[in-house]
Amino acid sequence: MAFEVQLPHVGESVTEAVIGKWLKSPGDVIEKYDPLVEVITDKVVMDVPSPTTGILTKILASEGETVLMGGVIAEMELMESGPDSEVSDTHTPTGSRIGTLVEGANVGPTGGEFLDTSLKPPETASQDVAETVSNGEKRQKGFSPVVSKLANQHGVDLNTLTGTGLGGRVTKKDVLTAVEYSRRDEYPKLSGEDRLVEPTAIRKMISNHMVKSMSEIPHAWSAVEVDVTGMVEWRTLNRLSFEQQYGVGLTYLPITVYVVAAALMSNEILNSTWLDEKIVIKGAINIGVAVAASEGLIVPVIHRANELSIVDIARTLDGVISRAREGSTTLDDVQGGTFTLNNTGALGSIWGGAIVNHPQAAILTTEAIVKRPVVMQGNGEDVVTVRSMMNICLSFDHRIIDGAEASKFLQGVKLGLEAIDGASEFQ
Amino acid sequence: MKATADEPEQTTEQLSGERLVELYRIMVLSRYLDQRVWLLNRQGKAAIAASAQGHEAAQVACVEATDPSKDHYLIYYRQFTAMIALNTEPEEMLRGFLAKADDPMSAARQFPLHGAHPRVDLFNFSNVIATQLPQAAGVALADKLRGFDAVTVVYFGDGASSQGDTHEAMNFAAIHKLPVIFFCENNRYAISVPLDKQMGIESIATRASGYGFPGVQVDGTDIVAVYEATSAAVKRARSGQGPTLIEASVERLLPHTTDDDHTRYRSAEDIAQMPERDPIRTVSAMLRRRDLLTESQDAAIHAAAKERVNVATDIVDAEPYPGVETMFDHTDVDPRGRN
Amino acid sequence: MPEQTVIESVRDTMRAEMRRDDSVILLGEDIGARGGVFLASDGFVEEFGANRVIDTPLAESSICGVALGAAVNGMRPLAEIQFADFVWPAINQIVGEASKVRYGTFGVKKAPMTIRVPYGGGVRGGLYHSQSVEVLFAHTPGLSVVAPATPYDMKGLLASAIRSDDPVIVLEHKRTYRLVKGEVPSDEYTIPIGKAEIKRSGTEMTVVTYGLMLHYALQAAELAENSGIDVEVLDLRTLRPIDADSIAESVSRTGKVLIVQEDTPAVSISSEVAAIIGERCFFDLDGPITRLAPPEIPPMPFSPIQEAAFMPSSQTIFEAITKLAEL
Repeated sequence: MAFEVQLPHVGESVTEAVIGKWLKSPGDVIEKYDPLVEVITDKVVMDVPSPTTGILTKILASEGETVLMGGVIAEMELMESGPDSEVSDTHTPTGSRIGTLVEGANVGPTGGEFLDTSLKPPETASQDVAETVSNGEKRQKGFSPVVSKLANQHGVDLNTLTGTGLGGRVTKKDVLTAVEYSRRDEYPKLSGEDRLVEPTAIRKMISNHMVKSMSEIPHAWSAVEVDVTGMVEWRTLNRLSFEQQYGVGLTYLPITVYVVAAALMSNEILNSTWLDEKIVIKGAINIGVAVAASEGLIVPVIHRANELSIVDIARTLDGVISRAREGSTTLDDVQGGTFTLNNTGALGSIWGGAIVNHPQAAILTTEAIVKRPVVMQGNGEDVVTVRSMMNICLSFDHRIIDGAEASKFLQGVKLGLEAIDGASEFQ
Repeated sequence: MKATADEPEQTTEQLSGERLVELYRIMVLSRYLDQRVWLLNRQGKAAIAASAQGHEAAQVACVEATDPSKDHYLIYYRQFTAMIALNTEPEEMLRGFLAKADDPMSAARQFPLHGAHPRVDLFNFSNVIATQLPQAAGVALADKLRGFDAVTVVYFGDGASSQGDTHEAMNFAAIHKLPVIFFCENNRYAISVPLDKQMGIESIATRASGYGFPGVQVDGTDIVAVYEATSAAVKRARSGQGPTLIEASVERLLPHTTDDDHTRYRSAEDIAQMPERDPIRTVSAMLRRRDLLTESQDAAIHAAAKERVNVATDIVDAEPYPGVETMFDHTDVDPRGRN
Repeated sequence: MPEQTVIESVRDTMRAEMRRDDSVILLGEDIGARGGVFLASDGFVEEFGANRVIDTPLAESSICGVALGAAVNGMRPLAEIQFADFVWPAINQIVGEASKVRYGTFGVKKAPMTIRVPYGGGVRGGLYHSQSVEVLFAHTPGLSVVAPATPYDMKGLLASAIRSDDPVIVLEHKRTYRLVKGEVPSDEYTIPIGKAEIKRSGTEMTVVTYGLMLHYALQAAELAENSGIDVEVLDLRTLRPIDADSIAESVSRTGKVLIVQEDTPAVSISSEVAAIIGERCFFDLDGPITRLAPPEIPPMPFSPIQEAAFMPSSQTIFEAITKLAEL
């Protein structure tokens, strides 16, 4: 009997997904839990396992198609079907079940096999379907329900359309064509030198996500310079022993995460979300770290970062980042983030105006560490010295956060980072 | 009142020798036309035919006892010979079987022998079995209420006698003593169902007493016997004494219709004995025995019938079918669409 | 002007037609000495004699078969089927035979017969004294079917039926027999078969109906008026040939339609009316074609609460009107 495979509900606030690649074909025998299809959400690419054992009979969602969670994406024929099972009639019968016409087989008026020889080719005495005059006139001026509906849906002005239906009637096709053309007008005209690139599914997801952020969240920005000379010194001194002792590399990232987590604890308004006209302060501090994966930007999350030691953070980061780079990120890796950190400095950037990771309240970039001449206090006098300086830039949701709160948070991060020196000890 | 062809001659004053020969001529014409229609079916030209072969004597004799200028005839699909006895021309018959535009009975809207006769009050509205019996009671009722001197003859077969309508019609006719002759041509087969599966009795005629009027069983191949039984029934009816049931036993020489194959349900012996009761044979023998017909006269009758049928076939074969434009005649339907 | 009930119209009209034309005869069970179980032919056998008012055996098929035979032989018979629930044995003679007399004989024979059929529920009639039987007849080419629901319409349409040269089925809702009283002119008149009538003019919505439901629909329209909804009520009066022109004119004008019937809805008069509206009023509709009919159970339960729930009422019709008006 036929079994409908539905796209499972995965992830909070994920309501739809894009079909990536089908890993099985119709006719394949599939065991329960076999990976069936690759599916892309706005957070991650994942494989959907088969919910049952059986034969894949129909693929109902094509690659690249967006499907709502719960939507039917395939049909399978279950293996266990006893002798009394009902024949499923969700399939159209095959030709042999419909039957074909047997030439020469006849039935007479009351049975028998009378073969009529009286028929000649039928005269064309076709009767026109009666058309009442009033209906004909109305047809030209009236808009059918589906035409009205589509016009409404797509914002088409029906009065500007020329109808191709009988008597000049605007047809459904006319409306859809108008919608199609209006879309085409938005495309930039390609010149001979231009090249069209079809975005990947991930790219489309990112694109949608960014548009959503920008259109919904009123962004504001603030930035501070951070003197990280002490942090650089600390890392230099502890890098090798850290790696030996804990098995993971020591970058600035775990330190940053650690400090940001602490700063968020004191500035909980930065760890929130705008929901239905209300501000929700998130209980947990889950810091997402933007990573350039092979297919695009993904943001694995360090859950409850404020409860973790630098070592734990380092270890966790190592795991999620390598998975991200390999393309084997799990859904858990990317769910639940409340704040995002982006180390744009790794590529040399000294200033960032990142886009807030909807539906979070803020995003912080750490820019490149650059040695600069800086004025410092020495012996009560202003002295110019060379210091390692790093800008940190905050983009935030101005519905929730004002400049003062943003600045206070930035100050917290700055002080936290500047407090580190070669002698620091971390839990 | 049972009479066979081998009893001593009993000419009645109404049935002269001349008349007997004429009835035989009608039977022979019917036989040849009947055979021709069967052939036309095998050629794919006549879609359906029910043969009256074996029934000819009963049908001519019954009609002979009535008055076509005033009486009513409610027939069923096997009254081929009765139609001819009522002066239906072979061309008119063939127009029905070949479904041509000038079919006088129904303009080929119905099966052959269905519709209404152009000159005699003979009609047959459907080939639903036995519906004509209550209708016959109604026709007779209308005559009686107005004091018209007319008899209604309603024809039906052994199968029809099982229908509820038969019971209702006979009951009604009995109550009101209607001038109806219930004429049953019992050929022992309703398509394939034999008599002993059709009823628990031996003779349909015995049912009449259950309704309160006489029932008579006759040898349907004996022209004289049928004629006399019908005459008596007509006399009863015209004098206001009410209905009579006549059961004429006949053989159905051919299968039920051109769509049937009676070898599927009749034994070879049963089929083989039928020609002994072929009325063409038996009536011819009777006429020759009574010196009413010579061999050469007999041969001439056959030749003339054959020729007549050939002429009629050629004429009608060339005629057109009704066109679509007449399909809505006698309705109030707008041919171009919704009424 | 004098008022009378529907059954009085039936009686008066039959009497007048029998006086006018002595080829008119009545056949049916209990119509003679008893005067008919609804007293439709009360006093008739005394006036016209047993030859013209014939008490038949209990045999519906032959009531209609005999009437048909008499009809093709110069009479103008009026057959009564005592209750619609008993018409089924006569379907053969009516639908199978009478409807095809003219067509099947290429106009040579005609069947000027009328069959009167008391029908309908709301009389505690249970499953076998409540049925609506119009569908089979209204579907049959060669038959006409009328369902007059007022004393005025009954007189005019029954007269037309009797005078028609073709078979006409007259459906008389038995609940209206004594329930509905109205003005009826004493002079002779006929109403043409095939014409519906607007019983109440309105602008916002058309209620299309027939039979007893007409009266409940009119009551519902009153309630609707008090709620500020202006409802037009169209009485079909004839079910075959159905007055498609009147239906289309009204619904195109109002833009919304509620079809109300007492018969169960699957494959019914309301289905035909809906199809006509879909074909002819498509561009004038401001809402979906809506039907109000009983549930799909055999009509109708004998016990009172269930019978009342089965039948549409002025209240349920009013609710349906309101709901449609709100769309």
